[in-house]
Formats: sequence, structure tokens, C-alpha cells
Amino acid sequence: MSETSQTQATQEPSVLTVQDAYGVLLERFPGQVRMDERQGYEGVLIEADSLLDVASFMRDQLGIRYLSSVTGVDNLPNGQLESVYHAFAGLGPALVFKVQVDRDRPEVPSLVSVWPSADFQERESYDLLGIRYIGHPNLQRILTWEGFHGHPLRKDWHEPYYEEELKPFASRHPDGHVYRAEDRNPFGMNLQYPSDFDPHNWTDIAQAAVYQPLQRTALESRLETETMVINLGPQHPSTHGVLRVVMAVDGETVVDLMPVFGYLHRNHEKIGERCTFPQIMPYTDRLDYICSMSTNLAYALAVEKLTGIRPPERAEYIRVIMAELTRIVNHLLAIGFLWNDVGAFFTPVVYAFNERELILDLFEMAAGSRMMCNYVRVGGVFEDLPDGWMEKARRLVYDRLPRFVDEYERLVVQNEIWRARAIGVGVLPAERAIAVGATGPLLRGSGVPYDIRRVEPYSIYDRFDFDVAVRFNGDVYDRFMIRFDEMRQSLRILRQAMEQIPDGPVQTGKKNYTIKVPPGEAYHRIEAPKGELGFYLVSDGRPNPWRYHVRSTSLINLTSLAEMCRGHKIADVVVILGSIDITLGEVDR
Amino acid sequence: MADDLTHPSIKVPAEIQGTVRVATWERFYNWCRSRSVWPMMFGLACCAIEMVAMASSRFDFSRFGMEVMRASPRQADLMIVAGTVTKKMVPQIVRLYNQMAEPRYVLSMGACANGGGPFKEGYSVVSGVDKYIPVDVYVPGCPPTPQALIFGFIQLHRKIEGQTWKDYTWYKNRGHGEEIPLPILGPDLFDPRQIALIEAAAISEQANVEQAAG
Amino acid sequence: MYGMGVLKGLSVTLKHFVNTYLDDFKYGFLWIGNKRYTTEVLPKRQSAEARGIFTVQYPEEVLKPQERFRFVPFLVYEGSDENREYRCTACGICSKACPPQCIWIVRANDPETGRPLRKPAEFYVDIDICMNCGSCAEFCPFDAIKMDHDFELADYDRTLSHIHDIQRLGKPVEYYARIRPSYHASEQAEILAKADKSARAKG
Repeated sequence: MSETSQTQATQEPSVLTVQDAYGVLLERFPGQVRMDERQGYEGVLIEADSLLDVASFMRDQLGIRYLSSVTGVDNLPNGQLESVYHAFAGLGPALVFKVQVDRDRPEVPSLVSVWPSADFQERESYDLLGIRYIGHPNLQRILTWEGFHGHPLRKDWHEPYYEEELKPFASRHPDGHVYRAEDRNPFGMNLQYPSDFDPHNWTDIAQAAVYQPLQRTALESRLETETMVINLGPQHPSTHGVLRVVMAVDGETVVDLMPVFGYLHRNHEKIGERCTFPQIMPYTDRLDYICSMSTNLAYALAVEKLTGIRPPERAEYIRVIMAELTRIVNHLLAIGFLWNDVGAFFTPVVYAFNERELILDLFEMAAGSRMMCNYVRVGGVFEDLPDGWMEKARRLVYDRLPRFVDEYERLVVQNEIWRARAIGVGVLPAERAIAVGATGPLLRGSGVPYDIRRVEPYSIYDRFDFDVAVRFNGDVYDRFMIRFDEMRQSLRILRQAMEQIPDGPVQTGKKNYTIKVPPGEAYHRIEAPKGELGFYLVSDGRPNPWRYHVRSTSLINLTSLAEMCRGHKIADVVVILGSIDITLGEVDR
Repeated sequence: MADDLTHPSIKVPAEIQGTVRVATWERFYNWCRSRSVWPMMFGLACCAIEMVAMASSRFDFSRFGMEVMRASPRQADLMIVAGTVTKKMVPQIVRLYNQMAEPRYVLSMGACANGGGPFKEGYSVVSGVDKYIPVDVYVPGCPPTPQALIFGFIQLHRKIEGQTWKDYTWYKNRGHGEEIPLPILGPDLFDPRQIALIEAAAISEQANVEQAAG
Repeated sequence: MYGMGVLKGLSVTLKHFVNTYLDDFKYGFLWIGNKRYTTEVLPKRQSAEARGIFTVQYPEEVLKPQERFRFVPFLVYEGSDENREYRCTACGICSKACPPQCIWIVRANDPETGRPLRKPAEFYVDIDICMNCGSCAEFCPFDAIKMDHDFELADYDRTLSHIHDIQRLGKPVEYYARIRPSYHASEQAEILAKADKSARAKG
């Protein structure tokens, strides 16, 4: 199908460099914008009152159309909360801007009206840190539930099993008498209640809050028929995990829809802030559990950006090989599960899992585990590839996988039923895709040739010859076909990497369970199989991060779900959801 | 697979050993039950992917008569709790368990479902699904490999084969076991059965505060 | 023609179906009597060269884990089962490196002087918390804690059996040499080289 896929090498050139952009902002908004002078930090600080003006100016005059990440930091010693934004114009590094507000009155204007991609991220920041975004259309808790006590990522909030601020805990050695944490909790479980909690008179506001934004649409609808609110999930046979989608439907047609998150919220960030930098690595496996190698890589690169450690040459190549194999695994499963959702029950998944097993054998051989690889380290990889690995991998990459990709495509691509279900369904125009912060195959399927491996090359991706796959209709079919294109490009990169890989060490410096990290902040993003995966780290010089945030691909890609589904049938919602390709571990963290 | 059906105390003549099995009715019944356990299609987290891997061709659990994964709890015998159980998800899990028909089994897959796993210390993770629903088999691992999970199924089969009619709720009461009350999402998750405990804890905490103040 | 796409897809499934049987013949899976693959054929049947679909008939056939495979940790001891000499020196690095903090060590004290000894009195791993990441084995400077291959741990109760104590964790060095031969060999070589060096330095 290569005749229909067009490839484009580069983006439109960026007009301004980031430093220029800061200069323009300082000049245009004197007194409102100042540089962030803290050591190791970058970007500008903006006064809360003028944030909306500055943001609109950036979007309309500076051409910064894509807001990638919104998060918050609790600067407890200063008594301030900080809302941190990373935005991109096209090529090049991020434009960083921050708003600092008082901890007692944390109010920041919402940027949803300027960049809709801020929607879920602002809600998350409100939920976990308690920053109130004024003007947000639906400022509710997103990962915990309405009614939950406190804001967990604030530094003075402690979980029920709280033991110590930082790991390693002193109780483990040298006098580590074992106990189970629940045995020391008065309720025998992971629970704690505020002192004014009266269980007899508790009204369950969590459920009502979920339906509330949809009931508004139900009332506004002018149709004669009654609009119904129904739930899809969290337990649902479509194989995308515990996502819950609340829909307002008119007959079979979706009027409005809202995904509800948090059913797999595992406190990744809170635990991450307790761990030392290397200890976080195995936790990142469990973020996007289908592509653990990519998440490992993204985290390692973020820490390397902060510390300045560079991995040796051979390790770079091994990382790229692993990351691209992971991309193939992910796309195989994404396609398989998507077909599962349209009704090709399990046959494509079985074939996909066959190939996946062969790749997982390679992972198990090198890293020691099938899924939770924990292979990449800061400054290298865990260990060198074992004997015979490369030979096995070559046979797969040169012979079996290219053949399988073609065969897999032949299996369903011309199937009339599938085409009827996919073509023209769930269209996302390019403009909207950028506005809602879609990344990865979702964005490129809408005709935007934006691939971080090309626009901001990391690791050694600038050495390989590959094309950025792009398709232009923005429907389910294109998003699905683009995955085949990308697998072929991945195989191309793999072949080059396998030819060029040099001998040598795979780790810089000595391995240790703590590393020295200078104070400062770093945001690093990679082109994960699902899209842009970013890690935002703030270090205060201790062995543990002060703030550890994951810019989750799947969560932000879901921002576009509602507008893609409106007007379609309920059955199409599942297909559109499948074409976005989410992993719940990453959505809820 | 049928070799173990013959009761150990019964001697079958050598010439018909290949074709004839002699067993008690109960043993035969349990043997049939253990070889047609229908699991519920219910994945929570990472382990669910290994569960799908186990269902696909390389490990293939249809060899155990389990390939009929039901999406509805009404038609399922076995709930595989595959993944981290969060506080927000517990009410749904308990409800699904209540909806399953007797005799029902629960297999807890992976460290998270067993006891909270690496995320145990977090504020919204339940320290083991057995705090809310009874679990029959625990499969350790993070995540358990498909083979480890199949070993868990074999353990479950052994358990089913070892059961007698007398000690199973369904046959005892001619009906359902007691429903487990749904936990409620309050300021933190709370179990209606624990209300007295919560109140007592609040009172003692208040006393502590007063003591500290006075 | 309408329906051709469906047929084309079905031809792929048919191909897989036929290939599976062809592979079975090719790799000596005979129809009568021989219901299982031998351990030599099993890896070939599941390699990149095989064309058909394959199944490992666990528990009769077992897919051998790779050498680096990691499940829960175990402690290596030298000597016999009754007289275990753990390599562990209770330095506590594993318990510090452990990301979910599931390792608990009580260091032994000299019963007479009360001074700490270089060996553990108690050692626990809570396998309901352990995430099989291998950090303990990776950072252990004494090669004392290693990741196990034994995945058949499913049982009916967790309250008693899922916190592994030192008795349960200990496995002989011969077992370790069997599951991780190349690691064991390289460690032995290192020890020999060190002894050689120190002997030369003395002499």
C-alpha cells in the first residue's frame, strides 16, 4: 500500500528560536513576564493575571500551536505552587513557561480556551496538587474521585502506609523485622479518614459528579426523543482495560461522551517521588506495559538530560533496536485489538501474539523478563546482549517480520466489512488534532507529519534513514494503515542499526543504586509507539526527584475521543477508541 | 488427562485399563467441573496482557476447556483478577463477584492482586483483592508468565477435584452465598461493615488530640 | 467483486492452518503415539523459521526460561542443606536498592560481644510486593542474592507462605550453577583470577 502513503521529511521551518521567543515575550509584556533565574531551570515565569493574554499571543503571533504538557510542582519551602507548561512551535526544543501562585490561594487561569489539549492535564493537576484552574469547563477530579480527601501530590499530604519521606526506609536494615503494612493500620487496609468524617451521613457524590457534565447536554438537546446516559466500562469485553466511557445517546447515536479515568490509578508519581532516581526505572515498565522498553528509554533520557551522563555508543544502538522492536510489538497488538473490536474476534490477535512471542523471547533473553523488561539504565543498558541474540534478531527482522507484516495486512485490509466500519469513521481534521494535543499515529493519520524522532532527534535517531509515515484522511482506516507504514519504517531502522552496531562497553561509569543529580529541571520527550511520551523531572540535589511527572500519551490522546465520536453509533465508539490505541496503565498511572 | 480419574483404591484389570475408568459419582462430577471452568473476561492491568498471551496459541488454555471467556459474570465460573486493584475499582469488582453464579472461583493473578504488589504503598491501591472477596488460588509473580498462570489453573483444578458437595455453599443452602456489601467511595474507600470501627477510630483520635492539647 | 476481500483474508487463515500441519510433519510430530515434542525439537518449532502456529503443551512440555529470566529472588548458600553458609553478609545493599522495599534483613550479632557479624540472622522477601525487577541481584556485591527461575509458586493461601524467610529463600550454589551456568562460570573465573593475583602479590 505504499503508493497511497506519502512521506515527508521535514516540517515547515520554525520562524523563531526558543530564545528569540523568550525575548519577544519579555519585550511585549514587561513586568508580567520574567526569566526563570533559578539554577538549572529554564523558561519564563508569567504572572497569573496575564497568563491568558500571553498564551493567546504565543499561539497567534508566535505560532506555538501545540501545548504538550501541563503539570504542577509543589514548592513547599517557598509556600508556592507552580503550574508548568511545555509548548512547541514545530521543530526544536520546548518553550517553557510557568505560573507561580500562593499555596493558600492556588488559582491559575485555565488555558483550555487557548489550547484544548490542556483539558485533562489541568484536571489532573487540580486533582493531585489542588491548583484551581479558573475558567475550566469541567474542573473535576480525574484520577481520584469527587469527595476524596486532600491532594495527594502535595508534599505535606501523607498516604495511609506512610513510612518515611524518602526511600530507602530505615526499617528494612539492619533491624528489619518483617511486618505487613496493613497489620499496622487501624482498619487492616490501606485506609485513612479525615477526623470529621461521618460514615452514616455520607452522600456518594462521586457518581453524580461523573454524570453532571453530560446531563447538561441532555437538557440542551432540542430533539423530541429523550437522551439517555449510559456507561461503557470499566468492565467491558473490548480489550482496552478499565476505561469507563459515559455517553449521552439519542437512540443509537452518540450525542456527547466523556471518558472517566482513575480505575487503574496506581500513584505512580507519588511513589516515584519517594524512590531514588534508579529505583524508578522498574516502575516505568508498568506505565505502558505493552512497550516497557520505550518507557524505560524515555525515563533514562530524561535523567541523562538532567545529569549530563552520556551512554556509550553500543548502548545507544541497543536502545534503538529495543525501542523499534517495541514499536512493532505495540502496533501489532494495536491492530489486533482494533480488529477484535470490529468483530474479527481473536484470529488477528492470535497471529499478532505469535510474532510478539518471538520478540518477547528476544527481550527475555536480553533483559530477563517478557513484559517488564527494566533493561535500560541511566548511562547505558543493563547488560550486553547475550550470545546468539543478534543472530536470532536478524532472522526475525530480515526475514520473518517483513513477511508477516505483509501477510497481516492482506488478512483484513481489503475486507469489505472492515472497510465499511472504518472508512470515514471518527474523522479528526489536522487543525483539531494539533489543538487537542494528539500525537503519534493519531496525529500523523490526520495529515500532520510530526515525528519527534525527526523534529527533535534524541538518542541516535539522526543517523538513520527513515521516512515519517503520514496519511491524510484522519479516519479510523488511516490511523490503522499508518501503523503498517510505521512498522515497515521500524524494520528499516532496525536493519540499519543492526548493520552499524559497534562493539564496546554498554554502561558509562559504575552501576549504583543511587546517582548524583544536580538541582534543576528537565523535560524529555520521545516518540513512543503511541505518541509523545515525556518525563518532567525536578531535582533539588537529593538522590530522589522533587517532582516526577509523566506526560502520558494515552491520556492526552483521549482528549479527542469525544469530538471524534459525536454523531456516530455506539458500536463505532469502541472502534474509534481502538484506533487511538491506549494503555490504561499509562492513562491512569 | 483422564488417567487420574480412576479412584486410587480401585484396581482395574490390566487388560481394560486403557478404556475403563472407575470413579465415584462425586469424583466424576468434580472432574467434569474442573475441565470446563469458564473464566470471565476481565482484565485490570499489566497481568491482563499475559492473560491474553496465555489465551493465544502459544500457551492455549483451550487445552483445559477454558477458552470460553465470558464477558458477563452471570455465565462465568472463574474470575481472574489480573492486575492492580484500586480503590476506585473495588466496588465494581465486588459487584461482579456478587453477580457470578455459584459455584464460583476467584484466581488472584500477580503480586498486585495478591497483596498490593509494588504499588502497595500508594494511597489508592487495595492491599490484596482478598480484603474484599474470597480468593481460591494466588499466583505470585510480577507479572506471572503464562506458564505460571497455567500452573495456577492446575492448582485450581486440584482444588475443585478435592471438593465435596457438602462443603460448598450452593449445595448447602440451595442458593447463593451471602452478598458482599459494596464498598463506598467516601473521603477514602469505606466498607459499610467497618462503620463502627471508623467511628471508634475517630473517637480515639479525638481523645488523642485533646490529650495532646490538654 | 464484493466479498473478494473477505475471501482474500480467509486465504491467509487457511495458509496458517495448512502450514501448521506441514510444520508438524517436518519437525517429527507423528500422529500416533507421539503426542509431544521432544526438548530438542520444541525450540525449532517455535523459531523464526517455523511457518505454522505452535503450542507449548504445559505442563507436559515446559518452555525453559532463558538464562537471564527473573522471578522472585533467592539466597545462594554453599555447603549442605543442614549446614548452610550463606554468601550474604547482611550489608543491606539489596534492601536499599529494592524499589518497592520488600526486602527485610536482620543482621546477626555476636552473642558474646554484641558486635554485628557479617551474616544475616533473618532475611525476608515479601513476594506479594516484589516486582521481579532484579535490582537486588544486580547491585549485590557478593553474588549472594539471585533471581530464581522457579515460577510454579501458585498456592491456596498467602498469609503464611508469601513472606519468604531465610529457610525458604536459601538454595544451594549447585542449583544456581544449573540455572545460570554462564554467570556462575564468569563469577568463578573472577574469583580465581583474584586469588591468583593476591597469591602473586604475596609471592
